Amino acid sequence: MAVEALSSAPRVKVAPWNDPVIRGWVFQIVVVGLVGLLAWYLVSNTIDNLERQKIASGFHYLDREAGFEIGDTMIAYSPASTYARAIWVGLLNTLKVSVLGVIMATFLGTAIGVGKLSNNWLLAKICEWYVEAFRNVPLLLWLFLFYKLISEAFPGPRQAIGAFWNTVYLSNRGLYFPVPVADPIYKWMGVALLVGIAGAWGLQRWAKKRQELTGQPFPSISAGFGVAIGLPFIVWLLGGAPHHMSWPELKGFNFDGGTVIQPEFTALLLGLVLYTSAFVAEIVRSGILALHKGQSEAAAALGLSRGQAMRLVLLPQALRVIVPPMTSQYLNITKNSSLAIAIGYPDLVASINVTINQTGQAIENVLIIMAAYLSVSLSISAFMNWYNKRIALRER
Amino acid sequence: MVQPTSWVRPLTTAAGLAIVLVASVADAGPVLDAVRARGHLVCGVDAGVLGFMQLDNQGRWSGLAVDVCRAVSAATFGDAAKVKYVPLTPLFHLPALQAGDVDVLAANSTYTLTYAAALGVSFAGIYYYDGQGIVVPRKLRVRHARQLGGAAICVQRGSSVESSFSEYFAAARLKFRQVAIARAGEARTAYLAGRCDALTADFSALHAMLATIPSKTDDHVILAQALSKSPLSAVVRHGDDAFANIVRWALHGMIAAEEYGVTSGNIDRMLMSNDPAMMRALGVTPGIGVALGLPDTWFYNVVKQVGNYGESYDRNLGSGSPLGIPRSLNAQWTKGGILYAPPIR
Amino acid sequence: MTDMPVGERKQLAPPVDDSGPFGWARKHLFSSWGNAITTVVLIVAMAWILSWFLEWAVFTANFTASTGSECRGGGACWALIREKWRLIFFGTFPFDQQWRPFFAVVIMLAMLVTTSDRRMWKPWRLLAIWSIGSFFTFLLMFGQLHIPLSLFLAIALAIGGVGMGFRKGIAQAGEMNLYRALAAVGLAGLVLLVVGVLPNWKLPIAPFSYVETGLWGGIPVTLILATYGLLFAFPYGILLALGRRSNLPLIKGLCVGFIELIRGVPLISLLIMASVMLPLFLPTGVTFDKFLRAQVAVILFAGAYIAEIIRGGLQSLPKGQFEAADAMGLNYVQKTALIILPQALRVVIPPLINTFIGFFKDTSLVLIIGIFDFLNTANQALVDPAWAGYPGEVYLFAAFVYFCFCYSMSRYSKYLEVELNKGTRR
Repeated sequence: MAVEALSSAPRVKVAPWNDPVIRGWVFQIVVVGLVGLLAWYLVSNTIDNLERQKIASGFHYLDREAGFEIGDTMIAYSPASTYARAIWVGLLNTLKVSVLGVIMATFLGTAIGVGKLSNNWLLAKICEWYVEAFRNVPLLLWLFLFYKLISEAFPGPRQAIGAFWNTVYLSNRGLYFPVPVADPIYKWMGVALLVGIAGAWGLQRWAKKRQELTGQPFPSISAGFGVAIGLPFIVWLLGGAPHHMSWPELKGFNFDGGTVIQPEFTALLLGLVLYTSAFVAEIVRSGILALHKGQSEAAAALGLSRGQAMRLVLLPQALRVIVPPMTSQYLNITKNSSLAIAIGYPDLVASINVTINQTGQAIENVLIIMAAYLSVSLSISAFMNWYNKRIALRER
Repeated sequence: MVQPTSWVRPLTTAAGLAIVLVASVADAGPVLDAVRARGHLVCGVDAGVLGFMQLDNQGRWSGLAVDVCRAVSAATFGDAAKVKYVPLTPLFHLPALQAGDVDVLAANSTYTLTYAAALGVSFAGIYYYDGQGIVVPRKLRVRHARQLGGAAICVQRGSSVESSFSEYFAAARLKFRQVAIARAGEARTAYLAGRCDALTADFSALHAMLATIPSKTDDHVILAQALSKSPLSAVVRHGDDAFANIVRWALHGMIAAEEYGVTSGNIDRMLMSNDPAMMRALGVTPGIGVALGLPDTWFYNVVKQVGNYGESYDRNLGSGSPLGIPRSLNAQWTKGGILYAPPIR
Repeated sequence: MTDMPVGERKQLAPPVDDSGPFGWARKHLFSSWGNAITTVVLIVAMAWILSWFLEWAVFTANFTASTGSECRGGGACWALIREKWRLIFFGTFPFDQQWRPFFAVVIMLAMLVTTSDRRMWKPWRLLAIWSIGSFFTFLLMFGQLHIPLSLFLAIALAIGGVGMGFRKGIAQAGEMNLYRALAAVGLAGLVLLVVGVLPNWKLPIAPFSYVETGLWGGIPVTLILATYGLLFAFPYGILLALGRRSNLPLIKGLCVGFIELIRGVPLISLLIMASVMLPLFLPTGVTFDKFLRAQVAVILFAGAYIAEIIRGGLQSLPKGQFEAADAMGLNYVQKTALIILPQALRVVIPPLINTFIGFFKDTSLVLIIGIFDFLNTANQALVDPAWAGYPGEVYLFAAFVYFCFCYSMSRYSKYLEVELNKGTRR
């Protein structure tokens, strides 16, 4: 601002209490001091209160046995595991639903946003009403409604709907499908996949460079796929090609074997995706509308169909407008997944809730929740900022 | 450059003032003094449990646990209506009591060792002997909890039910799949929709749930096994024995009244009684309130305004309510139950 | 390709007639094979869903049953809503007094509607609408207001302080003296109050019976939490945004840290903190009203979001505006209040309304800490042995009410966006 410009010019001598720099520092120190004072006051009160009410404090409880069951876990867990593990299981579940939610909401939202611009009047109207319906009702209500619908719409396990020659079963217990029986080789296949992807990426870069230098094209995409898929396949063959599958089978009350997508998870994911996609649709639509009309006309003049114009010309450019508001929608999905508690999906907040109930240690647990969400949010922001920089228009 | 100007000071003063304006300093003394000075009791209840605490169409609280609060109010103030209810979700029961937001908790808390000894609260009277049970659809032909290996079981999250239930199954070396749901309403929906093979909750809650599906009550059986005991109790903070005593004796008063055959209907006739024990209890012979620091009419007020335990039970849970839960354990000791009030003298 | 002789050029078909209903349909619904198929599929799907829904919600529904068990015809049980609507709308507010929350809601809606009129967008008019409206809203809700002397003194101090800051060098000497006098009286009175010389006298206004916040419920709670949450978050969001744009490193750091912290965590965790931890933060014996705790959490949360929106508005201003203000010799307060904010705020009004809609919906989370907002009272309607088992009807009804509120606000925000851009559109 103006002060910087002045500072290079010969300075007029002013009294220290009128010097803006000194006044600025005094003001800052006073404010920071006040905030520090407030923080000290709150912390000292808390310590006082905890001592007076004889409430235990500290994080020692994390090593104790949790004693509660969790219905849907990605890693091994039993009631004999520690609280720390229970919280970790919850965090993984939160991440699972958030990552899937982000991906699906992006695709669905883009489709709806593009649909709102369709030249089919009915389709455009339906997309518009979809957006209005989902945006204007609290997510919590949608979750209640979806959970009720999902648990009542499907038959019990004995009348389960079998599909694909009875290898996949759909019932109100969830969607059961077969998975390979665990074998040590799968871990190495995962490693091989990562190596393959890295190799494909390197190949792509090399091919691009070569094309820029010599003009010779190289089928880098198919070659890359070959490397990324071939490498794990070779490892699988080397490992003796294990092919035992665990098939879902009706045993007693429930299906056994295979793996399952549970209704609570489905309801939560469905709620998050449908709700957020309404917001994403609006962002995508306004991103496309922000483009100059000449872009779509130029695309039409080149003979591209409407779909091609959208995919090749409009969306890539709209992306620049879309990415920043999209970041906050992604953050919202992560944060909103905490509503899982209402319908019984065992996410981070659910684990923490039981832990608070059993240990009575609210402060530590609330700190864990905040730290966990904060680190997830900051990572998403950091990634999206990086991506935003990458796609930003490079003006020469 | 930002310049600190005259607006900063008024602003910080205003902020400080706002804190002074909104934070009211509560009496730091014992709970009873605070309650008396305030002129009403603050009672923490759960946000909606059939038969124990529920809102009627006009937004008034009723239920067995609510009656405990009303009895305490009747004993303290001679008026059962001087209660403010604070609805709480399970997560906030204990913090609300510890923080002094509520004077007494009548929120179906289970009396356990840890709860009683480690968390700075005391239990002031069990108003309902519950236990954890399991309900299954009749068509599954399950007769014992042990036959439920591999079943999907719905459980209300956050209740003490959750851990005692996994302990039971661990002890029996059975596997099960848990579906933990935060609220009773959703747990009920999930069970009735067949999401789970069985639902576990306190017996009272299971009975209450079955009562809400009248045409189909016979389709479901409540298994006889109790997975755990859960005595539901009123809870107060440590440090005010006088108040804890009032809570305890208001409840004893209700139970004793049923044993003596005193009801809200006949208590005025009982005032004419020649029975010395009755005359003492009703305050006709003075002295019964002194030890508690209450007027001698406290017992009269409790029974007259709230009714005896049996009346309250019938009205909220028993034959007089849509729930129709049998008395079983909660009958008087003279009638095969374990309700046993100490003598009022 | 060789040019064809003019005479042999194929005659083009005349343009398709797109007037009239058939023409319209041809253009908008059946312009190509793909479009036609889409249209037909959509019509069939909609007809199927609608017929199923109408069958359940209207044709087989029961509107008049007196208990839940009479309601089991397979269709929707709207009789439940008929029986419980007052509980759903007004919660535990004393039954015979429920006209009070009704009129409080009417006043709040009237305030919102008058505020949406652009002719009212003058600081003094808005201040008048909101202070008078809020006074009557809370008078109706509480029934009795005991206004402490300290509030009058604080208002005097605020008016005086703001006037001294804003009108410096603009106002006449007499006006400035008035501000100085007001500020002096306010400050002196407050100091005397704090020292204890002056008793904190209260002005009692008590036309109705007192109803404390614990009994409030339903729509008024949702409206109050969202409206006043945003209202109080607004000035503090402005301060945060200005702080974030400031070039004082410590202030900037504090504001950035606070904004990112709040925006990074879910509202649930703040609500849990407000309810469980706030009592621990305060000295022994000091308690906060539970409703106020939720309100504070909403304000803290909303402030961070508002700050980011306002920052967007500030960033959209050309640098020349700042420099011109500096050149005119305005101080920071005057520059910000008279030049920068009026322009920045104009840009951010539509996104602010969207934030308001967001908070109107998100306050439904307070049910987790046991406050009876609209969604929670709707849930309480389900806890009744005579009526249990119809959650779908109650949720749909609640969804409908939320939709009516939020949809009208979002329409208004759309209209405003167009209206405010009229001047700048090329």
